[in-house]
Amino acid sequence: MFPTLQLGPLALQTPGLILLLALWLGLDLMERQARRAGLKAETLYNLVFAALTVGLLGARLSFAAQNFAIFAQTPLSLISPNPGLLDPFGGLALGLLAALVYGQRKGLALWQTLDGLTPLFAVLAAGLALSAAAAGTFFGMETNLPWGVDLWGARRHPTQFYALGLALVNLGILGWQAKQNPPQAGGLFRLFVALTALGWLLVEGLRGDSILLPGGWRLGQVLAWALLAASGIRSAGFSR
Amino acid sequence: MNFVQAVQKNWLIFLALTLSLGWMWFSRAPQDSLTAGKIPAPQVGFLAPQVELADLNGNLVRLADLRGQVVLLNVWATWCPPCRAEMPAIQRAYAAYREQGFSVLAVNSTVQDEAAKIPAFVADYGLTFPVLLDVDGLATRSYRVNSLPSSFFIGRDGIIREVVVGGPMDETLLKTRIENLLKEQP
Repeated sequence: MFPTLQLGPLALQTPGLILLLALWLGLDLMERQARRAGLKAETLYNLVFAALTVGLLGARLSFAAQNFAIFAQTPLSLISPNPGLLDPFGGLALGLLAALVYGQRKGLALWQTLDGLTPLFAVLAAGLALSAAAAGTFFGMETNLPWGVDLWGARRHPTQFYALGLALVNLGILGWQAKQNPPQAGGLFRLFVALTALGWLLVEGLRGDSILLPGGWRLGQVLAWALLAASGIRSAGFSR
Repeated sequence: MNFVQAVQKNWLIFLALTLSLGWMWFSRAPQDSLTAGKIPAPQVGFLAPQVELADLNGNLVRLADLRGQVVLLNVWATWCPPCRAEMPAIQRAYAAYREQGFSVLAVNSTVQDEAAKIPAFVADYGLTFPVLLDVDGLATRSYRVNSLPSSFFIGRDGIIREVVVGGPMDETLLKTRIENLLKEQP
């Protein structure tokens, strides 16, 4: 766990820094994949920029709307740099909407575009796992295994590093698959979804902070299985 | 392609889905089997580690005595600029929500500060909430404070709901968190 990087009087938030680095690396890989797939890298960059900008603004506006009475007293907080005043779900929804609108206006083909964005998603997944390791979130269940880590009052499965390892394996598989030229549009993206869902399902089973459903089933695993089934069924050709 | 043909052709996908279901069943966690919320740790979802420190008048203040209230535990030092910057906002929030069951424990990390400067600091900023002296650094260590300020929002049940490392905290952020926590039933 390494939540802050102290540079003199400046305390940098390591998890956020890691995500920014992952974004930068992911955009670089995305550009290479776009060139290989015959897509315009510039268009993909603009798509990501539109989604991020609208997502960020949307996250702040959504948070302000949910806490309207407080923001009405201090309206300048709308432009506060504090990340605690963001609603991630509102931001995600509006960012996706912005990407859809931009894609439609530019006439981008959905599956080819998703294939082009897949390297970015894959690197972000690895960045998310490393960021969680730095913050100490997404921690594991107690274990006596020799590679357990001492965290939050117990020896625990290093689930963040399991997730990181699987994300890196996924990245390798996707890189190999990209060079093989996917047989159909969207193949690379669906492979990413399937591998990520499988990894999530495996690691979630060892987490110490899962949301539990009746019977002890883990909500994260149920969602991951549904995602895995959806990508599997699509690949199996049931939709034809 | 019918279902049987699809299964025969894509047996690997169906095997993965079946094995995944098996893993889901195997890794079920009985309700209350996870330690989050039961053991003390300075992390969201865990019980707030115990704090028992003297205030500026030498009176012993215990976090445990505030169970049933929403508590902001703020670890700070007089030399830390963001700590100084957020103190007025914390004081205003304390004045606004104190009657509704909100408390502040301002733990001065005295182990890395000068105790003599603290009374003047408190007077300058007009702080009315308890300022505690962590002379031996026990609370600073048990809350794993690496950066100042560090703030811990604790619910009425004694469980940490949010950790804010660094600052200064925005007054709006303080108010949104406090109001949401105050809405929870004791």
